[in-house]
Amino acid sequence: MTPLRLLGFVLVVAAVAAFPAAAGVYPVKLLQEILIWGVFAMSLDFLMGYGGMVSFGHSAFFGIGAYVAALALQASPGVLAGLAAPALAAAAAALVIGFFSIRVSGVYFIMLTLAFSQMFYAYTFQAAWLGAEDGIVGVRRVVVLGLDTARPPVFHLYVVALVALAALALWRTVRSPFGHVLVGIHENEARMEAVGYPVSRYKLLAFVIAGTVAGVAGALYTQFIGSISPDAFFWTTSGEALLMVIIGGTGTLGGALLGSAAFILLQSLVSSYTERWMLILGVTFILFVLFAPGGLVGALRGRVGLRA
Amino acid sequence: MSPLLAIEGLTKSFAALNALNGVSLAVEPRERRALIGPNGAGKTTLFNLITGHLAPSRGRVLFEGAPLTGLAPHAVARRGISRSFQRTSLFPRLGVEENLRLAAAADGRGSWNVFGSVARLATPLRRARDVAEQVGLAERLAEPAGRLSYGEQRQLELGVALATAPRLLLLDEPTAGMSPEETQRMTRMLAGLPRDVTLLIIEHDMDVVFSLADRITVLHYGEVLSEGAPDAVRADPRVYEVYLGTGDEA
Repeated sequence: MTPLRLLGFVLVVAAVAAFPAAAGVYPVKLLQEILIWGVFAMSLDFLMGYGGMVSFGHSAFFGIGAYVAALALQASPGVLAGLAAPALAAAAAALVIGFFSIRVSGVYFIMLTLAFSQMFYAYTFQAAWLGAEDGIVGVRRVVVLGLDTARPPVFHLYVVALVALAALALWRTVRSPFGHVLVGIHENEARMEAVGYPVSRYKLLAFVIAGTVAGVAGALYTQFIGSISPDAFFWTTSGEALLMVIIGGTGTLGGALLGSAAFILLQSLVSSYTERWMLILGVTFILFVLFAPGGLVGALRGRVGLRA
Repeated sequence: MSPLLAIEGLTKSFAALNALNGVSLAVEPRERRALIGPNGAGKTTLFNLITGHLAPSRGRVLFEGAPLTGLAPHAVARRGISRSFQRTSLFPRLGVEENLRLAAAADGRGSWNVFGSVARLATPLRRARDVAEQVGLAERLAEPAGRLSYGEQRQLELGVALATAPRLLLLDEPTAGMSPEETQRMTRMLAGLPRDVTLLIIEHDMDVVFSLADRITVLHYGEVLSEGAPDAVRADPRVYEVYLGTGDEA
């Protein structure tokens, strides 16, 4: 990272961390929601924008992270329960689902990942021990280094720190040798195989990384809203993350955060005037796909010559 | 001396058609072997069977004495066999250097690193630049492969195959679709390759074949019709009849 870009990153993180000092409760909540969904969308962008795997079942890992965190935090409020356990559970699920899904590509990959996530939805919807269709309510928040994130200022810093860490880790990974292999596979899978890369193993690792980060986002989300229901697994959860990635600009990581901001701000703005917010969103999305296929990041780069 | 590549009774059937029928041939280390024959003779099928892109119906392929049976393409590549494709197969949005670097880094060391830096993996980068020099693209390192001219793309196609440092290089019509000047340049490049890279080359341009090959194998309807030194093959009346005399050099 160039010093200038590092400075920019630190400044943005500091500004986001200091936001509650200047804003009321509702804007802060909106910001946290944007950040958490931003992590989820970034993990999907890593998978589709770099790895070329368009998943319609990414909600599976978001939901698993959320449910595992909600359950584990009932037993003990530590970082193990609130962060490590949900991340590991999502990673394990991604290993199994990925093992089957990466064997196919294109529309078959989409359908297979979708089917897996809907299986989790169907199961949690029926499972009495997970609260069935009501899910789990009264989820408590994690205690980190003796600091209870049940206090809003602490929770805000906890969210900002984790989001910054996740963004940094993904940013580093796409620029690593592994990330370059992933881009090569996206460009020309057959040639990568022919020069000697065991392509499916690389794709599986990418799938597990994306699933793990999505699990972390889910764990944050359930602590943020204080509950979790089977809807977390529903295909619309995957669909919304997909919209965020496309609106923000695929294959940019930063775009996923911008897309999350655009999506959630639009939702909160429009829904306070009209109930037809999905209609407005749909029109916005169509306009983006038609006139700004590079998303917000693509449009910004075109306008001010901003570079990656 | 034992052959580098030994093909034993290789047969490939697609439904009722035998694309390849009991083909045997042996390529010695350091040899440059041309594989010729009319379209549909089974030349590319033979390549696909060697590299694991297809599984044989019968017979086997031995490389350095070890059978390649059941190996996936990436595993065959790791053994030291590389190939170029008849239809150019590059990473179009990536630069020339990155195209070559990816191929050079395919031996796996370091490419699982998820946090490290690409620039610090010096060996593949150096190899990429050396190969760029070899295939005449040293001035075009940053240019995306998709923006190169057709001739340059064919040079890069050869470069990507070379960058894995193979001991056996399979070239599928390296001069296909090239202008006469581009063909000459490619022929010079191939002639200049180090001898420790053994070549098996499918080619329709007879000038290229006769100027490069130590030996020629002629395939016809999936079988070996003739094999020998260029002059012997040229003098073989059967070869003349099915191939050289018909003007079918497309």
